Amino acid sequence: MGNDNRSFSIYYWGLGIGLVVSLLVSARVGAVFIPYDRILLYLRHAIGGGNPGASIEEQLFLQIRLPRVLLCAFTGAALAVSGALMQALFRNPIVEPGLVGTSSGAAFGAAFVFVMGKSFSGPWVDAAGAFLLPLFAFAGGGVATWLVYRLSNVFGKVNVNTLLLAGIAVNALAAGGTGFFSYIARDPQARSIVFWNLGTLSGADWSNTGIVAVSTIAGIALSLRYAKALNALMLGETEAGYLGVRTTRLKGRILLINTFMVAVATSVVGVIAFVGLVVPHILRLLKSADNRFLIIASALLGAILLNFADMLARVIVAPSEFPIGVLTAVAGAPVFLYLLIRAGRRQQEGGFYA
Amino acid sequence: MLRIDDLHCGAGGRPIIRGISTEFSPGLFHVIVGPNGSGKSTFLKAFSGEWPVESGDIFYDGQPLAVIGKTQLAQRRAVMSQLHELNFPIRVDDIVMMGRYPHFAYRHGPHDTDICRQAMKRLGVLELASRDYLTLSGGERQRVQFARALAQIWDIPVAGGSRYLFLDEPVSSLDVHYQHEFLALARSLAASGIVVIAVLHDLNLALQYADRILFLKAGRIVAAGAAPEIVTPELIGDVFGVRAQLLANPFGQRPVVVYSEQLRQEGMGFGRTNVNTP
Repeated sequence: MGNDNRSFSIYYWGLGIGLVVSLLVSARVGAVFIPYDRILLYLRHAIGGGNPGASIEEQLFLQIRLPRVLLCAFTGAALAVSGALMQALFRNPIVEPGLVGTSSGAAFGAAFVFVMGKSFSGPWVDAAGAFLLPLFAFAGGGVATWLVYRLSNVFGKVNVNTLLLAGIAVNALAAGGTGFFSYIARDPQARSIVFWNLGTLSGADWSNTGIVAVSTIAGIALSLRYAKALNALMLGETEAGYLGVRTTRLKGRILLINTFMVAVATSVVGVIAFVGLVVPHILRLLKSADNRFLIIASALLGAILLNFADMLARVIVAPSEFPIGVLTAVAGAPVFLYLLIRAGRRQQEGGFYA
Repeated sequence: MLRIDDLHCGAGGRPIIRGISTEFSPGLFHVIVGPNGSGKSTFLKAFSGEWPVESGDIFYDGQPLAVIGKTQLAQRRAVMSQLHELNFPIRVDDIVMMGRYPHFAYRHGPHDTDICRQAMKRLGVLELASRDYLTLSGGERQRVQFARALAQIWDIPVAGGSRYLFLDEPVSSLDVHYQHEFLALARSLAASGIVVIAVLHDLNLALQYADRILFLKAGRIVAAGAAPEIVTPELIGDVFGVRAQLLANPFGQRPVVVYSEQLRQEGMGFGRTNVNTP
């Protein structure tokens, strides 16, 4: 067959090299420019070679710049893979976590913790500790996604119009809830909710980068197990069943994995839309709709693109920074519109696009 | 051998299959016919394992369907349904390879590639292998799907037992040429020992190709037996509510059906009732 291991691995190598380059370039720029030779020196110090210096620049690099760049890469990977998974599940290329409510639902859950978190007490709060935020984000994202999926999936077929409307309704509901919390919040909390609703990576530190890294890697590893079954799902639920896929179980697992990855990332960086839409779309045009390829390649390309977006966000209004979610929306919305127009055209031609 | 014992199925509390018992043996091309809403497709889905069974038993080679794993079943039972709509660009050979999915864990081997090539060759779609499925015509898509189903059950099962190929109205979107080509292929596959069961709309196609025909009406088997002997104008009239005659077909031994403009039932309307006198 045409799409074998070898022809995929060329793309993996290319994207892998691209990722390393984007990480280095992104680590260099920002409020303070750090030349490449010093980046490499600091990295060598960090992994235990040579004497670590105590310069402010090195501190800045290791404590702020490096975790931020890595958080950005893992978030981009999580969002892009989530887009690929959601598109396979809904069997529709215009779906992404921002559209089906995962992101805004997670944002709602997180805003709830932001504002109400202080008033929680009891042993379970202490036990949950640092996981309280991702936990509520997960619950919010999960409920929202499930709702949109149930509303748009009629007799095993996803209706695009219902999907879009359900997405709008659930997103509005979640945004309203988040708005309510920012309304009742005291001032600094409110500002952080607003800022965070536009997406920001400025809160990156090693602990939240670690959490997102673990959830993203685990999510990608798990979803690869279902990649083949998701391919079969392209033919339709019944057909996939005839090929031995337990579709109900598959759908439940994919929704869980997806919500898990997106919610954890969203609870840290806020709402970043359209990465999940654009990345799998580009890869499908470039190479293949095979989910075994799409999941791995989306992770790499998502990390690359979000890194460049974040770099841009730090540069264009330096020394201040631009909300990254605004950037991805500006770049991604036209792609979404293009897909929508093409979908409409196909429907007119008599094809069934759902 | 596929054996079905007093099968009952429904949807939303409404009974669809009301007690069907029959056997489908290898070596014969079985065709199921019946009017709209008679439960043909539900029946096929039920014994394929994709429709919940309310009561009754289904046995594949004596083994109850309920205890056969889904993957295990998919290794020897392929189903081809009517139309396949995809929203993603995907190569034809990748579609056919999906038929091999039950046979490997993550990546296909050279054996699977070889089978896909042979299946595509058998259906005359080998030259379409690197095309995007979305750019194909309806007839080409149907042939690609047949190739996929064939690739799925290409191997003789290691554990023994029959292979099964179920076709749900496989020719309804094809032109006359491909209709005959498809059914001739289905019949030859049956002759090679695969249990082939097809749901067909066209009685003449059923008469021409089937070894055994089952007439379904309101969720029950009205008549079943060797074709063409089982088919009589009275039976057709009873099942479909039409006036029919059988004529000799100059191209062979099997008759053809022709219909009268006058339907069998009194009055107007589309309701078909059980009329027993011609």
